[in-house]
Amino acid sequence: MELLVASAVGLMSAAGIYLVLRLRTFPVILGLAMLSYAVNLFLFATGRIVVGEPAILSLHLNHYTDPLPQALVLTAIVISFGMTALVVMLSLGAYLETGNDRIDMVDEVEKPQIDPEHMPAPSAPERHPAGQEPQR
Amino acid sequence: MPLALIAALPFLGALLPGLMARAGRNTAALVTGAVTALALLGLVLHAPAVIGGQVLHQHIAWVPQIGLNADFFLDGLGFLFALLILGIGLLIVIYARFYLDPSENTGEFFTYLLLFQGAMLGIVLTDNVLMLLVFWELTSLSSFLLIGFWKHLAEGRQGARMALTVTGMGGLSMIAGMLILGHIVGSYDISTILQHAEEIQASPLFLPAMILVLVGAFAKSAQFPFHFWLPHAMAAPTPVSAYLHSATMVKAGLFLMARLWPVFAGRPEWFYVVSTVGLVTMVMAAKIALFKDDLKALLAYSTVSHLGLITFLFGLGTKAGAIAGVFHIINHATFKAALFMTAGIVDHETHTRDAKRLGGLMTLMPITFTIATVAGLSMAGIPPFNGFLSKEMMLEAAAHTGWWGLDWIVPLGATVGALFSVAYALRYVAHVFLGPVRDDYPTQPHDPVPGMWISPAILATLVILIGLFPMTMAGWLVTAAASAVTGAEVHPHIVLWHGITPALWMSVIAIAGGALLLALHAPLNRLWEATPKPHAKAMFDAVIDWAARGARGLTQGLHNGAISRYLAIFSVVVLVAGVWAFFTGAYSPGTRPMTPLEPVPVIAWFALMAATVAVVRYHHNRLLALVLVGIIGLMVSIAFVYLSAPDLALTQISVEVVTVMLLLLALNFLPKDSPRESSAPRKTRDAVIAIASGLGLGGLIYALMTRDFAYPTISDWHMAHSKAEAGGENVVNVIIVDFRGYDTFGEITVLGIAALAIYALTDALLRGPANARLRGWVPDLKRAGDRHPLMLVVATRVMMPIAVLVGAFIYLRGHNEPGGGFVAGLVIAIALLMQYMASGFAWAHLRQRANYQNLIGFGVLLAAATGIGAFFNGRPFLTSDFGHFYLPWHLGEFELATAMGFDAGVFLTVVGAVMLALASLSLIARRAGETVNQTPMSTDPSKAKTPEEKANALDEAAAEPHDDASEEH
Repeated sequence: MELLVASAVGLMSAAGIYLVLRLRTFPVILGLAMLSYAVNLFLFATGRIVVGEPAILSLHLNHYTDPLPQALVLTAIVISFGMTALVVMLSLGAYLETGNDRIDMVDEVEKPQIDPEHMPAPSAPERHPAGQEPQR
Repeated sequence: MPLALIAALPFLGALLPGLMARAGRNTAALVTGAVTALALLGLVLHAPAVIGGQVLHQHIAWVPQIGLNADFFLDGLGFLFALLILGIGLLIVIYARFYLDPSENTGEFFTYLLLFQGAMLGIVLTDNVLMLLVFWELTSLSSFLLIGFWKHLAEGRQGARMALTVTGMGGLSMIAGMLILGHIVGSYDISTILQHAEEIQASPLFLPAMILVLVGAFAKSAQFPFHFWLPHAMAAPTPVSAYLHSATMVKAGLFLMARLWPVFAGRPEWFYVVSTVGLVTMVMAAKIALFKDDLKALLAYSTVSHLGLITFLFGLGTKAGAIAGVFHIINHATFKAALFMTAGIVDHETHTRDAKRLGGLMTLMPITFTIATVAGLSMAGIPPFNGFLSKEMMLEAAAHTGWWGLDWIVPLGATVGALFSVAYALRYVAHVFLGPVRDDYPTQPHDPVPGMWISPAILATLVILIGLFPMTMAGWLVTAAASAVTGAEVHPHIVLWHGITPALWMSVIAIAGGALLLALHAPLNRLWEATPKPHAKAMFDAVIDWAARGARGLTQGLHNGAISRYLAIFSVVVLVAGVWAFFTGAYSPGTRPMTPLEPVPVIAWFALMAATVAVVRYHHNRLLALVLVGIIGLMVSIAFVYLSAPDLALTQISVEVVTVMLLLLALNFLPKDSPRESSAPRKTRDAVIAIASGLGLGGLIYALMTRDFAYPTISDWHMAHSKAEAGGENVVNVIIVDFRGYDTFGEITVLGIAALAIYALTDALLRGPANARLRGWVPDLKRAGDRHPLMLVVATRVMMPIAVLVGAFIYLRGHNEPGGGFVAGLVIAIALLMQYMASGFAWAHLRQRANYQNLIGFGVLLAAATGIGAFFNGRPFLTSDFGHFYLPWHLGEFELATAMGFDAGVFLTVVGAVMLALASLSLIARRAGETVNQTPMSTDPSKAKTPEEKANALDEAAAEPHDDASEEH
């Protein structure tokens, strides 16, 4: 069982780090999410693996799992949600402002390129010629 | 007056002139003077005790557990310096009042001056090494502010920077040395360190500590090779030069040498380093001073030279040297401050301080001339002024000092230094005041108002009085201070006439030679100007430039703006540290027995691993990758269920739902594919980093899991006290809301801030260039035909009360069973989200009363209020209380804990934060032309049109073709 958890932590963190090193925002966000899973599982596993003995006091059990890492991880899960939400909005904002979703600031030196495939030019009249307006 | 108060008074008083900046310079000067006088009075009241040989201590415990105390002590040496700081400070305040122009911000000036005064007093009164460091650097900072007081002058700013760099770096070196001393002795009290001289001298760290301390002292006291900053500091207003850069701050280095004299003195290392540096500085600076035309530059180099003289005396390590050094500190402070002030007067009245443009001022400015002559002759060491006495003592000491077996070198150096000193001192008097009256002064010179010459006049009077009656005027002070320096009682006997001694002959040679040099000044000056000289400022600038370029290169190399670069660097550094730790430590396989395998977890593991590999393989297809990440999250939740963490599973799965929704909404506006742009080597590099890191993390956690705890954990305490003290059976929840409630409180605050940041970001976004883009948005995915389908609307409506009930249930049981505020908040948020999804944002938004920002704020406040409630029971913040209550009608016993109020705060914050994040995204969607519906569903069967109505509608449509669409907008 320990081997399964360790290999899951290892693979998820490897995937997370690989994705975090990509050049576009969305894979980086997914990578951060993967890293969060891996790190949360890691922290959780520092309490050692215990099956079927949750830290809820009862008369039937006299041994329990370690509650402390669980409490830490619980808050970590919620915080990583807050962080993911913020990063998502940042990346969305950056994309809408600059017209590309690259993460490297090197591009800002060059003229911002609008990806014609995904991002329409902001000039409205081109797509809404005056004559067609009422047909919307 | 308590010592701490004496040191604190200038700091407290520093507020006053700044606040009263508009009240004019008289008020500012008056307040500053009053503060200084008060502190001086407090100091003088201690005089009888200190002169009597007592050492006063004041102990203020701060963090006694780690030896941090605010300790002060006052002995003869501290008294001497404090007297100089406050006494000359008072004279400087009067002088500055008349020196500064009414148009200048005198309030700011006096504030800085008081800050400096407080810092300087702190240095001489503190008994703690760490506080000494703080005060030491504060003097550097306040000196920086004062040198650069005339912000419009480029040389002022440059000089200020140079002084700060040199003295600040010296301070760092000094503290390193002092910490070593503290380490050797085992105490950071200066008075304790002084008592362990043998222990320190026996330590192998003696030499490094001494060198480090000396670098700091030399930098502060402008000793070779750090002397170059002091002349550049002369861009400061003259009161600053007189106060900081001649009388007090530059003597802080000397103070340190005197303070640590019992620890270091007597060792050959001390003699060869300190005396040599002092002698070299004395001779070199005196020679340069002779050829400076700027009066303040002349005085600056002369100051460097005299500081060298005192350094030399302290370096001798003899009692006679210490006595002479202490005496010369007093004498130098009196005559040099007076000279600086006269230079300032000349500058003020003639608008120049270039010796070449001056001369003949004797008859035009008789008062200034008299003061300058008295002080100048004292500096030259001419009897009967006080400078003569201490110079004689220096020559006497030098005459008996051999250097590396050479008996003549030190007397020769001392005589040459004294000779140059005579020459530039006489030049200061002769070239400025003597000679014929000129007719080309920039303005017509005359003596200033009395307020300006009174301060130097007082000092000049002291110069004469100390010279004539040394034992009466200064003997007691020298005795007290020199006894404190040497740590043994000394009985100096200072008289004008020693009889015919070698020192007298050296003096005669110096005076005669100096007069000769002055007579030959013109040809010598031409020779001086013709010889090439190293230019300290250019060298300093080159070093700074080199350091700045190096720092910039390093920063640009590591942080070039590409996040992937520094994430890669970060990963590699952590990896290398981990690998290094692994190979330098001892590894043995774990001994904890493994948990047996069961089939279900293995299946889940396969799903997880496959999904993870697939995410990496297919991450270019963003939608697919997102779905796969959702699967992984689900598997992680299942793992939590299996591994005895029901709370985590509940939280993980509800967060998963919310996160995926959020990412889906965001993906709507982002490109749906990531282009394949990484080169093969880059992919390989990233893969190597990722796999190595993954192996490291996996190996680490495996190693952890196969071992038992090295130390007993605090979890047992939590388990034992959960029921008894917090009244909860779900220990995880009790830790969150009670034992570690403070953490949770911080966490929900962060969550709320993140949500508010998202909201603010959206708001800013919709005002910027993104707005135009969104207005012209063309959806890149096919739209659903039925956007608010009937089935979904009805199902979510039915689900809503059930979901709320489930949420309430989860919240209430949280203390004893899996659940709690976090999970309940997420469940309710999901239920609300379903309404939004089913019927659209606008429709749902119209029906919700609570404002999300308020919800977040209320949640945090409720949690805080619950915590504060504990104060009323006389307990610390967030101490919870609980009780058991019986419900009527046989509903049984139930438990109420104040932690539930806290958990309710958590609940509200989570709901508010999640909803605010999603509401912000929907704002963007609406700006992008997403239609806003007013009805709950796209096709409402109850409003379905009968066949006749349809026919009518068709007719109307033929007449007014676009009316039908109005509902959609």
